[in-house]
Amino acid sequence: MSTIDTAHSMAAPTAATWSPSIKRLAQTAALCGLGLVFISLIGMPVKLNSRALIEPILSRGYASLAWVPVMFGYVVTKQVVLEGMVAQKRGASDVAEGAIVGAGGGLLLGILGILIDNFDLRDPLLNWSPQLLEFITFGNGLGFGVMIWVVIGGLSGAAGAGLHLLPATIRRFIMVIVVAVVGISFLETAATDLLQGLRLEFVSDGIYSKTSGLTIKGSVITGAIAAVALYGSQQLQQRRLTRLSQAPPAASGFTPGAAILNSFGDARSRLKVGLGILALILLPMVLGGIMNELLANVGLFLLLALGLNIVVGLAGILDLGYVAFFAVGGYTAAVLTSPNSPWLTPELPWFVAIFIVVVVAAIVGLLIGAPVIRMRGDYLAIVTLGFGEIIRLLFLSDWLSPMFGGAQGITNIPGVQVAGLANVKGTDPRAVFYLVMAFCAFAIYVSWRLEGSRLGRAWMAIREDESVAEAMGINTVNAKLMAFVTGAILASLSGAIFAAKVGSIFPSSFEILVSVIILVIVIVGGMGRIAGVMVGAAVLIGVLGGPSQPGLLQELAEYKLLIYGALLVWMMLKRPEGLLPNVRRSRELHGDELTQDAWIKSQVAAQDEIDSDGAGSEVPS
Amino acid sequence: MLVIGLLAFVAQQINPTNPFASWVNPDANRLTGPALRDLIISGLNLGVMYGLIALGYSMVYGVLGFINFAHGEVFMVAVMSSWITSEKLFEAGLWEDFFIPSLLLTVMIAIVVSTTTAVVMERIAYRPLRGSPRLIPLITSIGVSFFLQNVAIGLFGPGAKRYPQLPEWLTARRTLLWIPGVEVEGTKILVLVVAGVSMAMLWYYVERTKTGKAMRAVAEDKEIAALMGIDVDKTIVRTFAIGGAMAGVAGILWGLLFRSVVATTGFLPGIKAFTAAVVGGVGNLGGSMAGGVSLGTAESLGPLLLLEPMGVKGPTQLKDAVAFVLLIAVLLFKPSGLFGERLSAEDRT
Repeated sequence: MSTIDTAHSMAAPTAATWSPSIKRLAQTAALCGLGLVFISLIGMPVKLNSRALIEPILSRGYASLAWVPVMFGYVVTKQVVLEGMVAQKRGASDVAEGAIVGAGGGLLLGILGILIDNFDLRDPLLNWSPQLLEFITFGNGLGFGVMIWVVIGGLSGAAGAGLHLLPATIRRFIMVIVVAVVGISFLETAATDLLQGLRLEFVSDGIYSKTSGLTIKGSVITGAIAAVALYGSQQLQQRRLTRLSQAPPAASGFTPGAAILNSFGDARSRLKVGLGILALILLPMVLGGIMNELLANVGLFLLLALGLNIVVGLAGILDLGYVAFFAVGGYTAAVLTSPNSPWLTPELPWFVAIFIVVVVAAIVGLLIGAPVIRMRGDYLAIVTLGFGEIIRLLFLSDWLSPMFGGAQGITNIPGVQVAGLANVKGTDPRAVFYLVMAFCAFAIYVSWRLEGSRLGRAWMAIREDESVAEAMGINTVNAKLMAFVTGAILASLSGAIFAAKVGSIFPSSFEILVSVIILVIVIVGGMGRIAGVMVGAAVLIGVLGGPSQPGLLQELAEYKLLIYGALLVWMMLKRPEGLLPNVRRSRELHGDELTQDAWIKSQVAAQDEIDSDGAGSEVPS
Repeated sequence: MLVIGLLAFVAQQINPTNPFASWVNPDANRLTGPALRDLIISGLNLGVMYGLIALGYSMVYGVLGFINFAHGEVFMVAVMSSWITSEKLFEAGLWEDFFIPSLLLTVMIAIVVSTTTAVVMERIAYRPLRGSPRLIPLITSIGVSFFLQNVAIGLFGPGAKRYPQLPEWLTARRTLLWIPGVEVEGTKILVLVVAGVSMAMLWYYVERTKTGKAMRAVAEDKEIAALMGIDVDKTIVRTFAIGGAMAGVAGILWGLLFRSVVATTGFLPGIKAFTAAVVGGVGNLGGSMAGGVSLGTAESLGPLLLLEPMGVKGPTQLKDAVAFVLLIAVLLFKPSGLFGERLSAEDRT
C-alpha cells in the first residue's frame, strides 16, 4: 500500500501515469465492494437495521455500510507527503476518484443483490436471505437497488475524497461532529440512563425519538454542541500556547519560568485526577443498575489489564495464559468462602480469604513462571497459553471434580462483607463497582510506584534489550519472575471479586478468549502506560463488552469478537504503540522511521546548500 | 518416534495382563489388544494430520522467525470449504454417484481456498510487519486467528456442520498391509496414505527443486539470498502457499475422518500442530511429521496408558492437557526439539 501511495504522490498526472492510476482505482473499488459484501454477508446491516441512527433518514444498518465507501474514498486519494517533496495540488480529480471507487463498491453490492435473487446459497451462508435482498433493494426491485447503491457509493466515496479538499480545521470540525452524532445516537441507552439519574429526562426526550435514534433536531443540537466544544477547546489551547511563548526567556542552566510552569501544570493535572476520582465516586449514585453493572465489568477487566500491563507492557513477557491466574483467584476464593464447595469449607469471610488468594496466586505464578521464564519470547507465549488451557482443563476434569466441582463449578459463593457497612453481591452492582474501584485504585497505585522503582526500570531495560540489561547487572530471571508474580496477584484479586460478584464459578468462564481480550485491552490502550490501559478497558469493555459481559453497543454483541480480532491486527499494523503510547516504547517501535526522517532532512539540507538557489529540493535516491 | 516406541513398549509390557494398572488402581479398564491397536491407529491418524499442519508452522518459522498463530485457522478454512463443497455435491446427487471425482474436486477446492487464505494473510497482515520485533507479528497473528474464527461464525453460524455420508467401500474395515488380524477402517488407511504421499511430495519440492533450494536459502539468510538473485518476497509467499496447501490436505482428511466442523475447529489442532513442530524441531520438515506422530499417539494412548493406571478419573478429558504437558516438557528439556531445529542465521543466537 505504502509504495503505491508514494508512487502516486510523486507522479505528475500525465497520460503516462494514468493507466496505473486506473488499475489502482479498480483495485480499491473492488476492495471497497468486497468490504461492503463482507459486512452484508456476516449479517450486520440486517441485524442492526431495526434501530435508527437519525430517526427518519438513517438507520443503523445503512450506517454500518455507508462508512465503507467514505473510508475508501478518503484512503484512495490520500497522499503521503514526504519531507522535502512538493505536494500535488488537490482538485476535482480527487473527488472524481473517490466517487469512482465508491460507485464501484456500490455496484458490487448491487451485484450481490442480483446474485441473492437468482441463486440460493442460504445453506452454507446464513445471511444469504430475502431480508438482505430487501435491505439492498430498499424493497423496490433489483434495478432500483443496483442504481441506488451505485449512487450512494459514489456520493459517499466523493464525500470521503472531498474531505481532503477542505482545510484541516474544517475537516477536524466535521470529524468531531460526525463522531459526536454517531456516538450519542449509539449510546442512547447509557445516555438515557445517566440523564434519568440526573433528573434531566427532558434532555433525552428532546433529542431521542420515541422509537430509537436521534431525531433530526437532536442530531443538529448534538452536532452544534460538539462544534462549540471543539472551538472552545481550540481557543483555550491557543491561549495556553501564547502564554507559554510569552514565558520569560530561559536563563542558562536553571529556568525558573519553566519550573513555575511545570509546577503549575502539576497542580493542574492533580486537580484533574482529583476531579476524575470525584466523578467516579459520584457517578454510580446517579446511574441505574445496568450502567453500574457495566462499570463494574470495566473495573474487573481494568484490574486484569493492569496486571497484564506489568507483565507485557513493562517487562515485555507475552503471557497468553493470563486467564489461568484469574481462574486460580476465582476458584481459591470460591473454595474458601462458599458453603457449597465440595472439598474444603472453611467459609472464611472474603476479606480474610483474599490474603490466602494472593498467597496461592503468587505460588502458582512462581510454579508456572519459574520453568518458563528462561524461554525465548515467542515460545514462552505458547507455553503460557498451554498452561492456561491445562489449568482450565484441570478445573473441568472429573479427576479434580471432588475438589472443584468439575463442569458444575462451585455455587453459592457469598458476597463480600464490608465491616458492618454492606454486603457486596452481584445483585447490587453499585456496591460491586465501589469494591472493584477500590482494588483498581490500589492496582494503579502499585503499578505507578513500581514503574518508577528500581524493579520497574529493570523491567523496562529487559523489555528493550535483555542481553544489554543482563550486562548491566540486572538479574533478568528474578526480575521477570517478579513481573510474572505481580501480574498473577493482580489477576487473582480480579478473580476473587469476580467470584463474589457472580456468586458461582464455572470453568467455562476461563477460556483462552479472556486472555486474548485482556491482551487487546492492553495493546489498544497503549502497552506500558497506566492511563492507556484505563482508556483501553473503558473503551473496549465499556463499549463492546467482555467475553460474556454485555457492553453499551449490545447490537454489536455478535460481532464484538470479530471486531476485537480486526482491531488487534489494525493496531499492530498502524499504531503498535496503542492509543495512549508509552513514550519510550513508541521510540523503540518507530526508531527506524525517526532516523529515516532525520536522514531525509539532512539530505535535503545538504542539497539546498549545494543548490544555493534553494528551489527544487529533491531527495537523491 | 521415540515417544511411540516408548509407549508401544509400555503397552506391550502391560497389555496382556496389565499387572501395573490393576496393582495401582484395581478399577481401571484393562486395555484389550484390539482396543490398543485402534488407539494406536487413531493416534497415528491424528498425528499425521498434526504433522501436515505443523509443516506450515515450521516453514514459516524457519523463514520469517515468528509463530503464525493463525495457521490453525487456515486449516479450519480448509475443513469449512471442503464441507461446503461436499454438501453442495451431495445435494446435487453427485457425491454418491461419482464419489471419486467429487472427492477430488473437494480436495482441489479446499486446497485452493486454504492456500489463498494463507497468501492473503501474509500480504495484508504480515508483510508490512517484516523486520519488526518478534512479538509484534505473533500478536498480529493472534488477531488474525480471532478474526477468521469469528468471520466463519458470522458467515456460517456457530453450529456444528455434518459432512455427507461416505460410501460403504471406503469406511469398511480392511486389513492393513496384509498383516493378519490388523483390521482398520478404510478412511484411516486413506488418511495415512494421503499424508504420506503429500509429505513425500513436499520433501521432493523443498529438497530437490530449484524453488525449494531458494526457499532454504531464504530461510538461511534473507539478505544473502537476495544478493544471490532470489526474489525473497516471492519465496516467502510461496512458503505461505505451501504451508496453506498442506493445511488444506490436513483439513480435508480431518473432514473425512470426523465428518463434522465448527468455527473453532482450527484452534486446538493449530496449537497442537505447533506443539508438534516444536517437538520435532522448528524448521525441520521431517521432524515436524515425526513430532506430529509422536504427539498424536501420545495424546490417544497417554491418558489410558499412563493416567488411568495412576488413578486419574475420566482420563480422556485430559488428552489436551497431555499434549500441552508434552510441549512444556520438550521446551524445558530440549528446546531445539527432538530432531534439532533449523533456524535462520539471525534467529540462531
